[in-house]
Amino acid sequence: MIPLSYYLVLSALLFVLGTIAFFIKKDLITQFLAIEVMLSAGNLVFIAFAKAMGTIDGQIIVFFIITVAAAEAAVGLAIILLVYRKKKSIRSEDMNIMKG
Amino acid sequence: MTDIFWLIPFIPGLSTFILAVFGNKLPKKYISFQACTAVFASFVISVISFIGLRQTPHEAYPLVKKLLSWIHVGNFQADLALQFDPLTAVMTLVVTLVGFLIHVYSVGYMSEDKSYARFFTEMNLFTFSMLILVMASNLVLMFVGWEGVGLCSYLLIGFWYEKHSAANAGNKAFIVNRIGDAGFLLGILFIIINIGSTEFAAISEAVGNGALSQSMITLIAILLFVGATGKSAQIPLYVWLPDAMEGPTPVSALIHAATMVTAGVYMVARMNVFYTLSHSAANIVALIGAITAIFAATMALTQNDIKRVLAYSTISQIGYMFIGCGVGAYAAGMFHLYTHAFFKSLLFLAAGSVMHALSGELNMQKMGGLRKYLPHTYLTFLIGAIAISGVPFLSGFFSKDAILTSAFANGQYFVWGLGLGGAILTAFYMFRLIFLTFHGKERLAPEVKKHVHESPKIMTVPLMILAFFSIIAGYIGLPVVFGKNLNWFSRFLEPVIYQAHGEAHLSLGTEWILILLSVAVALFGIFMAHVFYIRKPGIPHSLVARFPWAYKLLYNKYYVDEIYNAVVVNPMIRGSEIVYQHFDLKVIDGAVNGSAKSAGFFGRILSTFQSGLIKDYALIFLLGAIILIGYLVF
Amino acid sequence: MAYFLFFALSIICILSVIFMIFVKDQAYNALFIVLAFACLGGLFALLDAPFIAVVQIIIYAGAIMVLFVFVIMMINLRKEFSPEKKKLTLILSLVIGVVLFIEFLFSVKGAFQQLSSGSTESIGNPTSLGKLLFTKYLYPFEITSVLIIAAMVGAIVLAKKKDKDKE
Repeated sequence: MIPLSYYLVLSALLFVLGTIAFFIKKDLITQFLAIEVMLSAGNLVFIAFAKAMGTIDGQIIVFFIITVAAAEAAVGLAIILLVYRKKKSIRSEDMNIMKG
Repeated sequence: MTDIFWLIPFIPGLSTFILAVFGNKLPKKYISFQACTAVFASFVISVISFIGLRQTPHEAYPLVKKLLSWIHVGNFQADLALQFDPLTAVMTLVVTLVGFLIHVYSVGYMSEDKSYARFFTEMNLFTFSMLILVMASNLVLMFVGWEGVGLCSYLLIGFWYEKHSAANAGNKAFIVNRIGDAGFLLGILFIIINIGSTEFAAISEAVGNGALSQSMITLIAILLFVGATGKSAQIPLYVWLPDAMEGPTPVSALIHAATMVTAGVYMVARMNVFYTLSHSAANIVALIGAITAIFAATMALTQNDIKRVLAYSTISQIGYMFIGCGVGAYAAGMFHLYTHAFFKSLLFLAAGSVMHALSGELNMQKMGGLRKYLPHTYLTFLIGAIAISGVPFLSGFFSKDAILTSAFANGQYFVWGLGLGGAILTAFYMFRLIFLTFHGKERLAPEVKKHVHESPKIMTVPLMILAFFSIIAGYIGLPVVFGKNLNWFSRFLEPVIYQAHGEAHLSLGTEWILILLSVAVALFGIFMAHVFYIRKPGIPHSLVARFPWAYKLLYNKYYVDEIYNAVVVNPMIRGSEIVYQHFDLKVIDGAVNGSAKSAGFFGRILSTFQSGLIKDYALIFLLGAIILIGYLVF
Repeated sequence: MAYFLFFALSIICILSVIFMIFVKDQAYNALFIVLAFACLGGLFALLDAPFIAVVQIIIYAGAIMVLFVFVIMMINLRKEFSPEKKKLTLILSLVIGVVLFIEFLFSVKGAFQQLSSGSTESIGNPTSLGKLLFTKYLYPFEITSVLIIAAMVGAIVLAKKKDKDKE
């Protein structure tokens, strides 16, 4: 069987890649996508540990995480739409009203 | 009967409060009625208490009434407690009687003034403070009254505060007073440290039983006397009194002739145990008194302002009172205080009457021949002048003679000599004043002459009452030559004076010689004034021409004010300005402004972090997370 | 067999995320992420979690990504966004990434030795999941349903086109 640590390393890699993607990209939607990637990395860890410890609670938690991620994506995208309507742009540098 | 004595200060005190709160809305007639009646009521109660006091045995002195427990720190206690004993009785009778007459006079004198209510409020406040001062049973409460009269002096001297000279004079009085008060406070502190209590009875007992070393007694005595020089205008702190003449004339009469300036004498008399036990301190008191007496008298010779002459005369006469206290004859000093109150306030009020008649003219060179226009004023003024000169059968003679005789009897010949010289000058300058003002050629300005009128009855009646007292007040203290034990005044004060040793006695013959000498001196002074100003009016001018420097020195008051300004006042102002520039502005303001500036500076630095971009926020977020995870992992 | 699957899936996953970083078009980004999620689903299945695997594919790769694609199409920006050119940001993000990765490696240090134990019987079937869901995790379950409703209402209200005066 595949050792637990492999999964953990993979998940770490995914998380870091998601972070780098967040900082490199300039448009809101892709940044949001990167965040989803980070969330999924967490999901992977939960499932891996559930298998390793023999309990099933980890999977339940992932169930909830997926649900909440869906809700959050819906609302987040709605907000992005609103912002686009207001500012006619989805560049994250243009969203600096809170400056100062 | 005597238990009501504690009411004496509080009736004027209540009147002050009512006038202070409601004064602007009350009609003038009511204000004058209330103010005068309050003082009169105090006088009545003083008389009643005095009669009651005569009926209580000497062992019960002083009668103390504790009103409130005030300061209680460790072993030290100072209460709001008033006392009544012979010395206090003399002072309260003088203060309330003379105060009442002056209040009545002011009703007429200040009737046109726009701040009528404020005047009477402050006068009543002064009466209240002065009565607290003389009736206090401990030094701390006395100091409260002391400061209170100083405050009222400031308020009343600067009563017409819109005038610069008046405001400055008020400041000068208060500040110079404060310098004396520093000495007074040090004396009080030493007493507290060494004796543990400030009650007069306790102090007299402790010191009399030898609780203090000789040097400590001398030190305390000198420190207390420094306070007295400030309040009673002796050398070196007398400079405020002539300037205090900027205030209204009733103020000069009440505060700067009869009552406040005598507070120093009262204090020395009250603390007589110190001066009896410390010969050096007593000598200093007598010497300063004598030097001041002559010094001030010389300055009075050349002044042209009628009130200034009287101011220097006051300084001089208080010097006599200190001579009395300094040679151990406290009763004689108090006796002179009592008679002086009458004739000096009479002189001031009469001078006020003259000024009122002449629409405010003060300069004697612009007066003359007024006796036919102002007969009542002239008569009363003359009585006052005769009294102060020491002409026999009037009060001034008895009191001044008592002082000079005691000085001679105690072997203080130098002091006696200065006193005698001062007597000549006193007679001379007083009659110079009379002759220049009321006799001789008329030198009035035409507009002034048109309005010359005798003062109204409300002003002349107090004058006459005071003149009456100036004549008869001396008869309660007759000297030994007229018969033993006729000196009721000093016998009355005996229980209050600490007797270390018996009084010195002179032979009857010596006493008669001394009396005749002082009479001769007084008459000589009057005669010289007559020669100078009536018979040969050219003499003063030729003297001035021959000795111009002497005249300039006297006229400019020996340049003392200028010396003080140069040596003390200006360096202090310069010094404080330097401190202000370098410390106050730079350090203190700098610290406060600097802290504000640095807060703004750091805020500006921090605000660069808030760029409004999500990425930057996320960056910082992650950095924190990294640090946290690193801490947990490693 | 398992190893082969694991490595295949994980490499595809990582490669698709890396491509997502470098590709400029948003639609392509979304599609790459769909691929990544699909691989993740496979990995879940490998980990004895069939139910979750299917849920991942249906909901995550299906519903959520479709939502993303809808929004991308609605916004319809012809412009392309080049990635961040500023050197500072690039280097900083790389450094952060590396540091984070190293920290994570350290944190799993203890787990290197442990083999993937666990029972071979399948534990991830819906029956056992359901049992746990409706007993121990009942509250979160119910509250999550409320959460979904709230999110739905919120999304609708926010994204609704206002036909009043304002635009």
